[in-house]
Amino acid sequence: MALSRLSLRSNRFLQPSTTTAALPSSLRRHVSTDTTPITIETAVPFESHLCDAPSRSVETSSSEILSFFRDMARMRRMEIAADSLYKSKLIRGFCHLYDGQEALAVGMEAAITRKDAIITSYRDHCTFLGRGGELVDAFSELMGRKRGCSNGKGGSMHFYKKDACFYGGHGIVGAQIPLGCGLAFAQKYSKEEFVTFTLYGDGAANQGQLFEALNIAALWDLPAILVCENNHYGMGTATWRSAKSPAYFKRGDYVPGLKVDGMDALAVKQACKFAKEHALKNGPIVLEMDTYRYHGHSMSDPGSTYRTRDEVSGVRQVRDPIERVRKLLLSHDIATEKELKDMEKEVRKEVDDAVAQAKESPVPEPSELFTNMYVKDCGVESFGADRKELKVTLA
Amino acid sequence: MASLLGRFCRKLVVPGSAHGSRMVSTTACDSEAVKSLNLYSAINQALHIALETDPRSYVFGEDVGFGGVFRCTTGLAERFGKNRVFNTPLCEQGIVGFGIGLAAMGNRAVVEIQFADYIYPAFDQIVNEAAKFRYRSGNQFNCGGINLVFNLPSKSLLLIRLLFIGLTIRAPYGAVGHGGHYHSQSPEAFFCHVPGIKVVIPRSPREAKGLLLSSIRDPNPVVFFEPKWLYRQAVEEVPEHDYMIPLSQAEVIREGNDITLVGWGAQLTVMEQACLDAEKEGISCELIDLKTLLPWDKETVEASVKKTGRLLISHEAPVTGGFGAEISATILERCFLKLEAPVSRVCGLDTPFPLILDAIKSTVNY
Repeated sequence: MALSRLSLRSNRFLQPSTTTAALPSSLRRHVSTDTTPITIETAVPFESHLCDAPSRSVETSSSEILSFFRDMARMRRMEIAADSLYKSKLIRGFCHLYDGQEALAVGMEAAITRKDAIITSYRDHCTFLGRGGELVDAFSELMGRKRGCSNGKGGSMHFYKKDACFYGGHGIVGAQIPLGCGLAFAQKYSKEEFVTFTLYGDGAANQGQLFEALNIAALWDLPAILVCENNHYGMGTATWRSAKSPAYFKRGDYVPGLKVDGMDALAVKQACKFAKEHALKNGPIVLEMDTYRYHGHSMSDPGSTYRTRDEVSGVRQVRDPIERVRKLLLSHDIATEKELKDMEKEVRKEVDDAVAQAKESPVPEPSELFTNMYVKDCGVESFGADRKELKVTLA
Repeated sequence: MASLLGRFCRKLVVPGSAHGSRMVSTTACDSEAVKSLNLYSAINQALHIALETDPRSYVFGEDVGFGGVFRCTTGLAERFGKNRVFNTPLCEQGIVGFGIGLAAMGNRAVVEIQFADYIYPAFDQIVNEAAKFRYRSGNQFNCGGINLVFNLPSKSLLLIRLLFIGLTIRAPYGAVGHGGHYHSQSPEAFFCHVPGIKVVIPRSPREAKGLLLSSIRDPNPVVFFEPKWLYRQAVEEVPEHDYMIPLSQAEVIREGNDITLVGWGAQLTVMEQACLDAEKEGISCELIDLKTLLPWDKETVEASVKKTGRLLISHEAPVTGGFGAEISATILERCFLKLEAPVSRVCGLDTPFPLILDAIKSTVNY
């Protein structure tokens, strides 16, 4: 009964993915390392709220589009490898996969620097990779090993990378939003013209803390960009069942907003570039990224009880971010089919090597249980189970 | 209170009255039907009964409509309709706030927080609104109280009913092995510090059904923590009828002479094993299930410690500031001269619940 209603609504996910026609064959083939600008029109127009939408013509280059392809292929491979590692019980606990949403991570990176901050929810593996994280650090953290980016103490939901201003990885839904606005607050003080991208989901969009943070960010003109990754399902709840107004880009009310096709890496890049300029001049802006996740909410969710398999495969056929970039590369003659396939093979090998390397990393020492609670040498004592046998001075 | 409650349910378990040893029998009569159920099925049954017996009761929370992430609410929406069993958006503060409002208007709101780790956005509502409503309004309002309801089913018949209404907040708590920082917490100590609410933790399916029905029908706001480790693991014979287990009464589940052990929830499973191991070394342990942490049954524990002279408390939550500290201090006050040894606490480590991939034993040492 619920599913039939779902299939009616799932049509809205299938939006046409047309790109501009291929360049005439008389023009020479673009070399993949070429950085001369190419202009591509996004397939879907931007929708704006209280601001003028940016142009649909995105400036890019062959090398950039090719890098999109490689990076997204790597992210996709990583998530699929994580899926099989979870099923073979090497990764345990919680694992929330991002495949389908890769365009967001790569598009955002293309528009900003590594000094701009990004903070996100628990679906953070690809965002970490986008920030320059190594595959082996990601897999080690997933498996809870020492080599992991959080020393094996955080797990899937808590990836961080300080030198790339990636503030992680948060388990509690919505908790990262005020935190992100706080980062923007600090950036405003530093006057270095950097911004913070605070990512949250359509489920988190109903948390009170979002609105508190929006108000303060707007009141104090903070360079905060609040990005709603609308993958249309908060765990198993569709947006129409949880939100009175599923137009998340308008929910900032007095804060301007932009709705973006989140499966189009170039559109994401354009929107983030626009948002950064806006935030530095005028204060906060909300970006709603219309995206989709192929896996369920987490590895314990098959993802098929609240949406039809047709819907998922439909999106995969029509809107897959990697396929779109592949078509772009082929139609603009930037690469051949074989070259792209080879690239995917290389990426696959990279991922397999990283997994093998990560497996060799040991589990953290038991003494790590008590480290990093307080600042070093705080001298606080932590007690073990019976206050007598185990007593540790916290480091 | 017990006699009042007795009028409204078919079977009330009556406490034993032997001096110094309060035993509450929870065994069903031979004639009553029982069924082998696990914890989530027992809770499910209790919710079915609660909604069946009171038309003004509601169950809501995140994802409860399809049965909930732990299947505790299966079948409720289908049976009682979407007006009484419904999903809420992702906002704990809102969920509890709404529950308080509903209860204040004379309904039974049974609210679910998906994991106890997520209860903190609602902490303000529970502590500042639910717990203090009756107190600060001078008994005008409450979100758990006794309502006098006048019904006129026909012109000549006036029915006066005493309705116990209130807010019940259910949340799965406790370690499950792979839960990590945010799916394993035991936050009961925070709530035990709040006068005005009750905190109840069952140890097994049969207990859970009776205690949950008592909590729902208790005229005070109740926070009901369910040990998620036991949702599927614990299986027990559970009576099929409507029964309630009284709150604020501890149970001596194992008699002994050498040492008193006090615990609650999933930890009792671990402690029962410890008792068996201790018996091999010739130590006879008396094991008490506290069941209700606030207000807790001081008399039963006191009587037991006066008999054995030793007390050991065990809980999953970190040892510093855990509820064991309150029990220890109170028993010390009451039984100082009878104690042969200091009160011992075997509890969780003073760290955030770590990311561990092993079973629970590595965290809770005993």
